[in-house]
Amino acid sequence: MLEHVVNGLVLGGTYALVAMGLTIQYGIARIMNLSFGDTIIAACFATWLMFTGLALSPILALVVLVPAGYALSLVVYRFIMKPLVDRAPDEGALEVDSILVTFGLLFVIQGVLLTLFGGGYTSYSYLNSPVNVLGTTVAANRLLALALSLAIGAALVVVLFRTRWGMTLRAVALAPQSAPLYGIDTNRAARTAFAIGGALACTGGVVLSMFQTFTATGGVVFTMKALIVVILGGKGSVPGAIVAGLLLGLVETFVAAYIDPGLTLAAVYTVFLALLLVRPNGLFGKA
Amino acid sequence: MKTPLAFALAAVVLAALAAAPLFIPDYWTGVLLGMTGYVALATAWALFSGPTRYVSLATVAFFGVGAYTVAVLNEVLPYPLVLLCAGGIGAAMALVVGLSTLRLAGVYFVIFTFGLAELVRQTVSWWEVNVTYTMGRYVFLPFEGRHIYWQLLALAAVTLLISWAIGRSRLGLALKAIGDDETVAAHAGINVTRIKLMLFVISATLITLVGAIQAPRWTYIEPSIVFNPTVSFMTLIMALLGGAMRLWGPLVGAVPLFLLFEWLSVSFPDHFSIILGLLFILIVFVMPQGVLAKLEDLRGRGKP
Repeated sequence: MLEHVVNGLVLGGTYALVAMGLTIQYGIARIMNLSFGDTIIAACFATWLMFTGLALSPILALVVLVPAGYALSLVVYRFIMKPLVDRAPDEGALEVDSILVTFGLLFVIQGVLLTLFGGGYTSYSYLNSPVNVLGTTVAANRLLALALSLAIGAALVVVLFRTRWGMTLRAVALAPQSAPLYGIDTNRAARTAFAIGGALACTGGVVLSMFQTFTATGGVVFTMKALIVVILGGKGSVPGAIVAGLLLGLVETFVAAYIDPGLTLAAVYTVFLALLLVRPNGLFGKA
Repeated sequence: MKTPLAFALAAVVLAALAAAPLFIPDYWTGVLLGMTGYVALATAWALFSGPTRYVSLATVAFFGVGAYTVAVLNEVLPYPLVLLCAGGIGAAMALVVGLSTLRLAGVYFVIFTFGLAELVRQTVSWWEVNVTYTMGRYVFLPFEGRHIYWQLLALAAVTLLISWAIGRSRLGLALKAIGDDETVAAHAGINVTRIKLMLFVISATLITLVGAIQAPRWTYIEPSIVFNPTVSFMTLIMALLGGAMRLWGPLVGAVPLFLLFEWLSVSFPDHFSIILGLLFILIVFVMPQGVLAKLEDLRGRGKP
């Protein structure tokens, strides 16, 4: 029982980390990014390349890849998203356009990864020593992943709720029309939010690659789970993403342990639908 | 053009297409078959997603369910009954999905459909492994390529006819109102959820039937073959290229793109999805309303 709780929290920690990036992109930049999971996978492969090719530890890869993800997302925003934002007459139109364009991007990134790395499962071994937690044996890399997710999540919450910069971002998320009246540059806020999301996707990729096998075509599943966590937690809510992510990890672990590992996705969807019926705006969402 | 004349012309074209397999080599019958399948898919997709602007990413979920139903039942029931069952299962699935997501904002629907294919694929795989102990099934039906082609041609014609009839009915008017502004439509007394649900069920049933009819082409069927996400993607890109808001739009998009994809998948099999993705992004940027609207735009600008 207790071991499933520990394992569930570890798994949920990564879901939370990954979903935070998506919720910021969707909540503040208003871009529904369907290629998010493929960005994660790209970061997984980059980490793997550095680890096997250059013998760099994933922690060092983090130092390289996170700024790279931030910069690349800025470029993507400037050349792909910005024209759509300018063109869209309302929020609904932007939502449809961003869904379509990132759906195309998903296939491009996936195709590039397939040509570069092939379709096989890839993994590497890092910090794979057993550690005893509350009587349960957990791999050290998984614990490190959980610690990293929680630390990054906490840092984000502090930045968003305790600094002026974070307040600006939250203002844009809450009232995109009124924010400019207070002298807030919404364009800049959207650009920054999209880039932070990209940086978080890369962080998630590095962390995930430490303990999970990955394939070039696996991005879709990550996007899906991250999307579900975002909706469960409430669009744009970082604390919501953390709670919903942990919840999802626990549900998956318990279903895999007590019912059947093949039904985890079905269980996740059931939770998603059940919650939507009760709270359509998510756990932390506002109507 | 007057309606009776248009109908007569459409009937002539249809007859010519139906007679084609008797004169052309088998390879080209196969190409025509695939093309007709995608015309039906794209038109059925646009039936719901065009006017409501609810982007459905679940085409292959229904397509695959249709194909799989045929694979499971083809030795138990006579063929027409199998098709009926497939249509029924597709409609029931669409009803469940629609009832749970269409009351909410459009984005919930998109997210749900995004994962639906994967969910159905995993559930079917789990069922086959744990309950029926089979992985992969055979379809033995006495059909040649042209028999399947004729069925698809009929289905495509019916789909276009349904689309035309809806466009002229009160239902079509209500749909246009919903597409323009959902809140206004609701205030004007339109039962928004019911109409969306109805359209989604019709569209999904047609898509399921396309999958069911095409099933005998594979002979061997397993979940990873019939739930291939590329099908959803191709349908979407075809409907968008032609223009999802118009009757003939999906057809105009499906024909050239199918030929292009056929050529691409032979010439550049490794880079297929990259090219597909780039093409799609280009379409979203250059002609978000589709080729037909773009042409009208250009023609309108040319006039003094």
